[in-house]
Amino acid sequence: MTNRFSWFSATSLTLGMAFLYLPILILVVYSFNESRLVTVWGGFSTKWYGELFRNEAFLDAAWVTLRVALISATVATLLGTLAAYALVRAGKFRGRTLFSGMIYAPLVMPEVITGLSLLLLFISIGMDRGITTIILAHITFGMCFASVVVSSRLVAFDASLEEAACDLGCTPVQAFFYVTLPVIAPAIVAAWLLAFTLSLDDLVIASFTSGPGATTLPMKIYSQVRLGVTPEINALSTLLIGFVSIGVILASLAGKRAAVET
Amino acid sequence: MNTRTPGQRLLIALPYLWLLVLFLAPFLIVLKISLSDLAVSRPPYTPQIDLSEGWAGLKDFFANLDFENYIFLAEDSLYINAYLSSLKIAAVSTFITLLIGYAIAYALARAPRRWRPTLVMLVILPFWTSFLIRVYAWIGILKTEGLLNQALLSIGLIAEPLQIMNTTTAVYIGIVYSYLPFMILPIYATLEKMDESLLEAAADLGSSRFAAFFLVTLPLSLPGIIAGCFLVFIPAIGEFVIPDLLGGSDTLMIGKTLWVEFFNNRDWPLASAVATLLLLLLIVPIVLFQRQQMKQEIGG
Repeated sequence: MTNRFSWFSATSLTLGMAFLYLPILILVVYSFNESRLVTVWGGFSTKWYGELFRNEAFLDAAWVTLRVALISATVATLLGTLAAYALVRAGKFRGRTLFSGMIYAPLVMPEVITGLSLLLLFISIGMDRGITTIILAHITFGMCFASVVVSSRLVAFDASLEEAACDLGCTPVQAFFYVTLPVIAPAIVAAWLLAFTLSLDDLVIASFTSGPGATTLPMKIYSQVRLGVTPEINALSTLLIGFVSIGVILASLAGKRAAVET
Repeated sequence: MNTRTPGQRLLIALPYLWLLVLFLAPFLIVLKISLSDLAVSRPPYTPQIDLSEGWAGLKDFFANLDFENYIFLAEDSLYINAYLSSLKIAAVSTFITLLIGYAIAYALARAPRRWRPTLVMLVILPFWTSFLIRVYAWIGILKTEGLLNQALLSIGLIAEPLQIMNTTTAVYIGIVYSYLPFMILPIYATLEKMDESLLEAAADLGSSRFAAFFLVTLPLSLPGIIAGCFLVFIPAIGEFVIPDLLGGSDTLMIGKTLWVEFFNNRDWPLASAVATLLLLLLIVPIVLFQRQQMKQEIGG
């Protein structure tokens, strides 16, 4: 196998990784720039981070975003796991095609459509827009992603193990908690992380569904970015990238350990 | 499976109902409002369903719906051009993403086995970091006084700064960059599963490595290519953030048009009509995508 790893492969991997990482690297480097001009290097400084933590508006938005992401990811993972179970294990039921359509469509649905349609729903049922409506919207797309992640694990997992547990006297509920859940747990963790970061990142759907007083971090970043590149945004981006990267790496290491142990 | 317990029914019903109410029903509302007229009221459209008037109110409501917004969309070339140019931008960027993504996925699948998890992880990692931030990162690079122009000027490759920012080229770069992991992963998944001995068999039968790639590897990776193209093409058509931040005034994309109608012009019925037409445009690819996913799930 190793001998097939030709110079072509090595080059495309190197260039590919450079393409993926160089823009992020540049962003991070310039967050430590002394100068306010983002493209001129004026020496090393961490002052923009200090500036960031004194900015009340950013801190408020961060707190809103974190609450939305925590709640919506948790509910989305619960619903998504149920949906995955229904898709993979429940056999045929009436409306299964529609159900799977509603699971897969949001994965590729342009956000402007999802956002607009949810907003019009909230208005027509007379719901006040704010954090709650953002959470409802995020649960809806989060559960679809969660369900795809969990169902790929469920498909790979042999259903006869559950049947064996039932033959040995387990109730279906016990079979789920003793047999299925431990096996799909890494997928559930991955699904939660995915729903969490998707909620953390979302700009378009949050912009449509939020109301006065509920500004999320991406909405705040967007309104600043439209005015131009600023070092504060670079500092904030660096913090977010660091935060998410550490989380993802830790989760994958934990997943690897779990895979070794089972 | 007629022995379904009430518990199992509830299990299916809970996510099902959630999606019916928060995913499917909203589309019907969009459709309804797209047939309404703009009004200076809250919410800014008429007619409203007035249930207090009973049957007469309902009849009145249906009588007041019309296709005015759609006729307007058809008559103003701005909207047609925005649709066509979204399709073109999405198609071209999907093709570029496929070329770059295939090369990377191929290299990943050929990399020594013990490196692969780390390399795949490196491909996925940018996808986890914010989309908005990754698009923002390109502004500093592509600007007229940005890093790319500085670098090119200093090595003397160009005499004048290139105008990339606020052009459609910048939008292509943004889409390819943001959606690349979506292309790499499904292709890698099919290439990784491929039986290496097939290539040896092709070589034994006199095929060159080049011919073996086109006759064996490429056809076998087709499911990954199709999945990757759907995952890039469909969302790219309705993309808003990338054309808004990187594109210029001449970059027409339907997602941005919808946003402007809604937030700037506050014309909700027209925005709804744009959304409905966009959805009609996407229904065929979305259904094909779902079919393909289901087939993978059952077959794989």
